[in-house]
Amino acid sequence: MIELFGFLLSGVTVGFVYALVGIGFTVIYNSSGIINFSQGEFVMAGGMSTVFLLKAGLPLGVSFILAILITSMIGIVLYKLIAFSKNSSQISLIILTLGFAIFLRGLAEVVFDKELHTMPSFVGDGAFDMFGTVLTYQSILIMVVSIVIVVALYFFFKKTKTGQAMMAASINVDAAKLMGINIKKILMINFALSAAIASIGGVLLTPITSTNYEVGIMLGLKGFAAAIIGGLGSPFGAVAGGLVLGILESLIAGYVSSEYKDAVAFVALLAILFFMPGGIFGNTKAQRV
Amino acid sequence: MLRVENLSCNYKQIIALSDVSLHINRGEIVSLIGANGAGKTTLLRTISGLHNAKNGNIFFEGQDITKLESHDVAKLAITQIPEGRGLFSILSVEENLRLGAYLRADSDIEDDINKIYEKFPILKEKSHEYAGTLSGGQQQMVAVGRALMSRPKLLLLDEPSMGLAPIVVEEIFKAIKSLRDNGTTIFIVEQNAFLALSVTDRAYVLENGKIVMSGNSGELLKDEKVKEAYLGA
Ligand SMILES: Nc1ncnc2c1ncn2[C@@H]1O[C@H](COP(=O)(O)OP(=O)(O)OP(=O)(O)O)[C@@H](O)[C@H]1O
Ligand SMILES: [Mg+2]
Repeated sequence: MIELFGFLLSGVTVGFVYALVGIGFTVIYNSSGIINFSQGEFVMAGGMSTVFLLKAGLPLGVSFILAILITSMIGIVLYKLIAFSKNSSQISLIILTLGFAIFLRGLAEVVFDKELHTMPSFVGDGAFDMFGTVLTYQSILIMVVSIVIVVALYFFFKKTKTGQAMMAASINVDAAKLMGINIKKILMINFALSAAIASIGGVLLTPITSTNYEVGIMLGLKGFAAAIIGGLGSPFGAVAGGLVLGILESLIAGYVSSEYKDAVAFVALLAILFFMPGGIFGNTKAQRV
Repeated sequence: MLRVENLSCNYKQIIALSDVSLHINRGEIVSLIGANGAGKTTLLRTISGLHNAKNGNIFFEGQDITKLESHDVAKLAITQIPEGRGLFSILSVEENLRLGAYLRADSDIEDDINKIYEKFPILKEKSHEYAGTLSGGQQQMVAVGRALMSRPKLLLLDEPSMGLAPIVVEEIFKAIKSLRDNGTTIFIVEQNAFLALSVTDRAYVLENGKIVMSGNSGELLKDEKVKEAYLGA
């Protein structure tokens, strides 16, 4: 029982990070129809930038904020590349995001290095004793920050003019344009927002799992799986998808073998695509007109 | 107010509009009638900046708007209710109305929403429901209401009668006429020629991308050729 509780806690912790990456996928997919395969590299860019800004002597908070800004800028660069090739097919644009991911990985290898890096936790290395298992402060931080981001996003989409414009553009682009919404601006904000959220995930995860120039491959895949499990249509579906995936992984690693941990995402991805293409909550996009 | 000069549009090899010229004066209600595939939607989309013209020009209040992007056209208070209404189906009725006022920053938006609810009381009842769950007629009311929220100078309507029961069409057209009485200039594109000619001042007839006739709506209604081709007489 205690063991199970421990696995659940660590599952939920990483699950939230997958959720953040997955949200990024859905935000870009909803607005542009593009699956952005650079999403994992945004996570990497967030973590690696923070690590190296820290090494350069900047305080933790400043490094964190700068890393988010840098990653958002990278997101905007990707948007500009996509906007520049706007007459290409959807498939070419998706391949463009794959190419951009490889480019970012290479860039990180050159600008930073190939080593594994970690960084101190924002909240110290302490932990609570929870019914016999430990809950680290960093885990709590990840959960709290993720929940805050999700709630903030909800209010952003629901209550702000820009958020509503983003919703409108994702439902009916032409009608949104007729309302006077500048779609290019909205798309750019979407890319920046996705990158920012992913980079926060990257920074939060680094003290727990470490980072290097290629962590984005796996994290991108996990986030993609989270988004697909959640139905790809909704950022909130991606949160549920991330949590489901994180918990499954943690249970498999705990009760079977940690060797199979990474296979969970692949298997879940294939199973969902085969048997429930609308995600576990049904397809939220079915109502689109 | 609006002047279209020698406009041509195509989709790759398909010519959708060739050498179309027309004008709409301030305060007028004008229609464009034409059969399926005549190019009506293409014309409205091109005016609104959703489609690029191949040749020709579009002027609004003297300004050349041919090359403007859609959001800049919207800023000139040219508002379009697109074919199929273009509602944001998984947003509420009220959110749809508010998006109509996207470009506005004044403090009358709440008042205007209430005016829309007075005009279409059923929308107030359904204000928190998804627009996509409403009946066809109610959805058209949302579309009209959303367009009004932008305070249009020129309102473009693409087949407002499509898919609606006659009684609902009547209600919608009554609302459109009252707009015109409040000074909004209106351009209606319709396949339903009888309806369009009955409510408008002037009309153009579009066939295969070309304007083949134009004139006073009342006279066109009596014209033998129009009767034969469009009024089923
Ligand atoms: N996206 C497109 N790609 C290719 N051809 C198109 C496209 N949209 C319209 N067309 C063609 O352009 C011509 C004009 O179409 P348009 O939609 O403007 O006609 P319409 O008068 O609005 O017809 P309807 O009454 O059916 O709405 C038609 O021949 C149509 O097949
Ligand atoms: Mg049409």
